[in-house]
Amino acid sequence: MSRIGKIARRTFLVTSAAIVGGVAFGYYAYKRPVANPLLDDLSEGEAALTPYVKIDAHGITLITPRADSGQGAYSVQAALIAEELDVELDQVTVDPGLPDPAYYNTALSAEAAPFRSTDDSFAANSTRGVMDAMMKFMGMQITGGSTTVPDSFEKLRLAGAVARETLKAAAAQQTGAQVADLKTANGAVELPGGGMIPYTELAATAATLDPVNDVTLRDPSTWRLIGKPMERVDIVAKSTGTQDYGIDFEIDGMVHATVLTNPRRYGEVIRFDDSAARAMRGVLDVVPVTGGVAVIADNTWRAIQAAGAIDVEWGPAPYPPKMDGHWQALSDSFNDDQLDSQFRDDGDVSATLDAAAEVIEAEYRAPYLAHQPLEPINATVLVQDNRVDVWTGTQIPRFVQTNVAKITGKDTDQVHVHVLMMGGSFGHRLEDRVVRQAAEIAMTRPGTPVKLTYSREEDFAQNDTRQIAMARGRGTVRDGKVEAYDLGIAMPSVIASQMGRQGFPTPGPDLQIVAGAWEQPFDIPHYRVSGYRAPELGPISSWRSVGASTNGFFHDVFLDELIDAAGADPMEERLRLMWHDPSRKTLEAVAEMSNWGSPLAPNTGRGVAFCMSFGVPTAQVIEVSSTDAGIMIDKVWCAAEVGQVIDPIMFENMVQGGIVWALGHAMNSEITYSDGMVEQRNYYDAPGMRLYQSPQIEVRGLENGRDVRGMGEPMVPPAAAALSNAIFAATGTRVREMPMAKVVDFA
Amino acid sequence: MKLTVNGTEHEVDVEDDMPLLWVLRDELNIKGVKYGCGVSQCGACTVHIDGEAVRSCQTAAADVWGAVTTIEGLGSPDAMHAVQTAWLEHQVAQCGYCQAGQMMQAAALVAENPAPTDDEIDTAMSGNLCRCGTYPRIRAAVKTAAAKLQEA
Repeated sequence: MSRIGKIARRTFLVTSAAIVGGVAFGYYAYKRPVANPLLDDLSEGEAALTPYVKIDAHGITLITPRADSGQGAYSVQAALIAEELDVELDQVTVDPGLPDPAYYNTALSAEAAPFRSTDDSFAANSTRGVMDAMMKFMGMQITGGSTTVPDSFEKLRLAGAVARETLKAAAAQQTGAQVADLKTANGAVELPGGGMIPYTELAATAATLDPVNDVTLRDPSTWRLIGKPMERVDIVAKSTGTQDYGIDFEIDGMVHATVLTNPRRYGEVIRFDDSAARAMRGVLDVVPVTGGVAVIADNTWRAIQAAGAIDVEWGPAPYPPKMDGHWQALSDSFNDDQLDSQFRDDGDVSATLDAAAEVIEAEYRAPYLAHQPLEPINATVLVQDNRVDVWTGTQIPRFVQTNVAKITGKDTDQVHVHVLMMGGSFGHRLEDRVVRQAAEIAMTRPGTPVKLTYSREEDFAQNDTRQIAMARGRGTVRDGKVEAYDLGIAMPSVIASQMGRQGFPTPGPDLQIVAGAWEQPFDIPHYRVSGYRAPELGPISSWRSVGASTNGFFHDVFLDELIDAAGADPMEERLRLMWHDPSRKTLEAVAEMSNWGSPLAPNTGRGVAFCMSFGVPTAQVIEVSSTDAGIMIDKVWCAAEVGQVIDPIMFENMVQGGIVWALGHAMNSEITYSDGMVEQRNYYDAPGMRLYQSPQIEVRGLENGRDVRGMGEPMVPPAAAALSNAIFAATGTRVREMPMAKVVDFA
Repeated sequence: MKLTVNGTEHEVDVEDDMPLLWVLRDELNIKGVKYGCGVSQCGACTVHIDGEAVRSCQTAAADVWGAVTTIEGLGSPDAMHAVQTAWLEHQVAQCGYCQAGQMMQAAALVAENPAPTDDEIDTAMSGNLCRCGTYPRIRAAVKTAAAKLQEA
């Protein structure tokens, strides 16, 4: 099993506890940090149970602490438990649970350490271990970084197996049968004579037993659920309009609020005049919140209308008011003082470039981008004397709990965060400003639940965006091969901006500045990737695939330019340079799927791109045609190495959707500032892809690797590069910036 | 004013210009209809008025000219419309937030055009945004729904 699995097995012991009328199985959580995080963390008296499985007379509940922003994470987590517990998904309730430090995300820390995911050296693994311990101290119950599957793959199956074996022991005690003669299926223990005892009738006895921890996980050849198509636990509700999201939350006595926040992001409010708003129908109050003004009304629309009637004077933005200032800051960052990292420096790049008769140079740009999931951000907060309740769709419930406790003056354990279904996120709900504002508003009306809903315009204006980034490439070719590759990438630190809003310092280099570039498994003789840290500009956050969303484009398009200069075939040269076998297989797979090298119609072209991100090697081929109406994206082929596909239908849907996401934004979307304010107001300014533009997308999940990896993001980084490379093949125009509609027309 | 929604007549006391979307959501607590953009850009608020697919965010309450059907009136988990069954079979949804609007748009399409071509599907469905990118499945599910209705 993977190193992540080993860490999980060593530091977690599945245990059980009695609950009202039943039993809960889970892991011990740490009440306080211990002196040395690498020592055994389990000590007497410091532990509390955090359950993954709860069984009582009423039924079986599976706790799925990683949030589901639409890609089926609840279903996947439930299936992992159910595989070992021998229950069917229609026999259980799935509950995201309440925030708890024991649900900290082990796999996220593996991505934060500066070692390539292909690197299994001692140094790499031990550093990942330190990061893991740090993550634990910070109690990060975070959904992000495509970590749900790697983080859960062993933990949840172990929880299911221990619960199953303990229930068998309970059945043995109740009936006098031998454990070895007992079987389990469909949520029940099967007795030797053929009788069945439902788990629900064994729960009370199981709670009195020591949990059976000596379990062996089932051999993959016997899996009933993993790797097979399942019906998502939420699919009936989502196919009938009966799924409730955060924005649909209702509770007696609730009032509706909206905010008008300084469009010069995180600037101050100088003064406001709310007299017109207060006179409007349904308005209950107008109150200041941090950075803006809130309207409380009896209806969301009335609140939004009244917010539009408030006259506010806003303070200046803490960043350049116009885009030329942002681009200049990036351009000025390519210097030794701002060098953040140079983890890749093979051969002698400088000498090779100096000695070359011809150096190929190119500059690339990627804009700020909004997340804008279709459900506008929202939160409902109820402040009472001894408790605060928060209902919201969030990827960071622990941060929400801490921040709301501070705002409301309560203890952390008096704040109850109820995670609701999210209408998409793509990283947007890794920020919690909407919850903080809702808490501030709710403080003005104790005892009254307040639902804060952003208008779409406010959501666009206040979106902590994807990073803006620039890259400069210099390289040489010799004898039909790529000889030297030197890429510098400049961007502000996403992690510093994002964690700064949570009050956490982030010392050391930011790996996201070079993620998706420095760790690519190519064996280029002279190969250097340098990260340059631009100053903080507009507020930025994690946008699906984070640093790699820009760097996958930069790295691969520049490689494509060098391959073109060498006169080599784009696929063959990438294969020749690739040293990592699982990565090579993804390229071979897309070559076969796309019938690479076969003749093409006039005015059409194929582009290939590769990017390893989040430990997942991903290759794509895109075929485009140049028509009178513009470029049409006709077909996409994608192969990714994920170790294990948990569910082939969800996998295909998620990968296709991620490619649509990446290509749509690459084509036509950006966020720009003028007078310090976001210029894009609604989807007409940044539409992404629409159905008529959606290509045929063929997807293949490869299972040659040792580690199980998550696929929520790795399909994004190569997509824009493959599109740019395909447009070059079809038209001879090299697109070096996004949105590409600035350079070419799309049909 | 009076509004008939999913076969039930309601008396509501709202401004003439309150969009139907917010009358349904905040006054009548009918939540299958979603707020996405407020300006007819995303289609998440799509309902039927006398069988025609309309954007409820751009339909003033006073202008509602006929009986309103929302996703709840199209079908329920126990009695699904052919479009909903097709959406379930293809497991179209990811986050699912746009899908009620997508299904209402698709239901109007297949009611009017029992065998839509690829181009007709593209034209009818391209006003509905899906940020998760489920378009390949939406296309397939519309065809399945049309075929189901043909059989019925």
